[in-house]
Amino acid sequence: MAKLHVTTTINGEPTEFLCEPNQSVLDVLRNTLGLTGTKEGCGTGDCGACSITLDDRLICSCLVLAPEIEGRQITTIEGMAQGDHLHPLQQKFLEMAALQCGICTPGFLIAAKSLLERNPDPSEAEVRYWLAGNLCRCTGYDKIVRAVLETAAEMRGASR
Amino acid sequence: MTDIQFLTPRTLDDAVAALASAQGAARILAGGTDLLVQMRNGAVRPGTIIDIKKIAELTSIEEAANGSFCIGAAVSGAELAEHPRFGQVWPGVLEAINLIGSTQVQGRASPGGNLCNASPAGDSVPAMVAAGAVVTVQGPNGRRQLPVEAVPAGPGRTNLALGEIVVSFTLPPRPAGSGDAYLRMTPRTEMDIAVVGVAVSLTLSNGVVTAARVGLGAVAPTVLLVDDASKALVGSKLDDAAIEAAAAACRAACNPINDKRGTITYRIKAAGVLLKRAVAIAAERAGRA
Repeated sequence: MAKLHVTTTINGEPTEFLCEPNQSVLDVLRNTLGLTGTKEGCGTGDCGACSITLDDRLICSCLVLAPEIEGRQITTIEGMAQGDHLHPLQQKFLEMAALQCGICTPGFLIAAKSLLERNPDPSEAEVRYWLAGNLCRCTGYDKIVRAVLETAAEMRGASR
Repeated sequence: MTDIQFLTPRTLDDAVAALASAQGAARILAGGTDLLVQMRNGAVRPGTIIDIKKIAELTSIEEAANGSFCIGAAVSGAELAEHPRFGQVWPGVLEAINLIGSTQVQGRASPGGNLCNASPAGDSVPAMVAAGAVVTVQGPNGRRQLPVEAVPAGPGRTNLALGEIVVSFTLPPRPAGSGDAYLRMTPRTEMDIAVVGVAVSLTLSNGVVTAARVGLGAVAPTVLLVDDASKALVGSKLDDAAIEAAAAACRAACNPINDKRGTITYRIKAAGVLLKRAVAIAAERAGRA
């Protein structure tokens, strides 16, 4: 099968890869590029574990074909911390125990970051609606929602 | 093993030519939120995938000087939600589109895809029907327009001819005093598929309904335009008798399936209840418009 050559930008780094026309972005991230921080849950867009941003738009990477990201910018969980310096959301998830098994965590972090970039002061309901496409079977969600709200408050304080 | 082709045509003519030459083995890729799932579970195995998102006409939102809106078939729900005007003019259509899936799905899913997927429960379709949207399609024999309710043929099937692509939805100019609304019933509160969906679009003048359209989803093999409900509402002042007559028309139009998510009795009863609630919201919006 003729492979396609795709040139894209991942976490700010120009990246090239070869893929099949019917491969998903998730598959290429994990199995071709070794970026295994993005998790596969359902593979059908229901669980949000594979959340990434595509040109700053939150999407499920299992629902995007790899050749579609030609010439575009994606960010994954690997781009969230700056070196050893965790993103405030990552730090707060640790402090507030907003994770247990951790499989859903990269997706929640990417989705929450995308929310706070659009809305630095979300209500609890807005957080819950925005994250409704991310499933967690461990925490019961409350700790995650509280961590996002706490981070938002802290980030607003820091930017004043 | 056959090679799968991935094409990104820049013009509609190229897309139509590619679709025609694939002789039924091609699939159109808009947001992909249905197509990729179907490819993954083996329900479809396209020989050619045609990504239509590089075609300007399919990805733009235009408000004409006369007040009509033209929405490209591949525009995402998130893009429509961010449009400064669309949600003001058509709040019911927007809320219907934005009910489809999660934030992540909204980043990709399109009204064109929702229509062509032809699920009886597609949320955007009843709202487009109530809005009186006209669909522009292009195929090997050129362009044609048809009312949105003429597109679905049955679960998973459309009346599009082989090689035709849905290009855009045109929503008519909105007279003063108009409002629309969409409500659906789901077993869960979010991230679920409608067991009943009702859309209402109304125009009021001095408290009298001068125009009304009602779209009904998830209660028949296709989304329905309920003419008898429109007739019951037009000319009325939305008194209880008129609204009950419209609700009865909706119940009479239902021909639902019976499944674990909703029984026939439940779906029919809920169709009437949602009609009444949607009328109230549309009328309240019309009063402000």
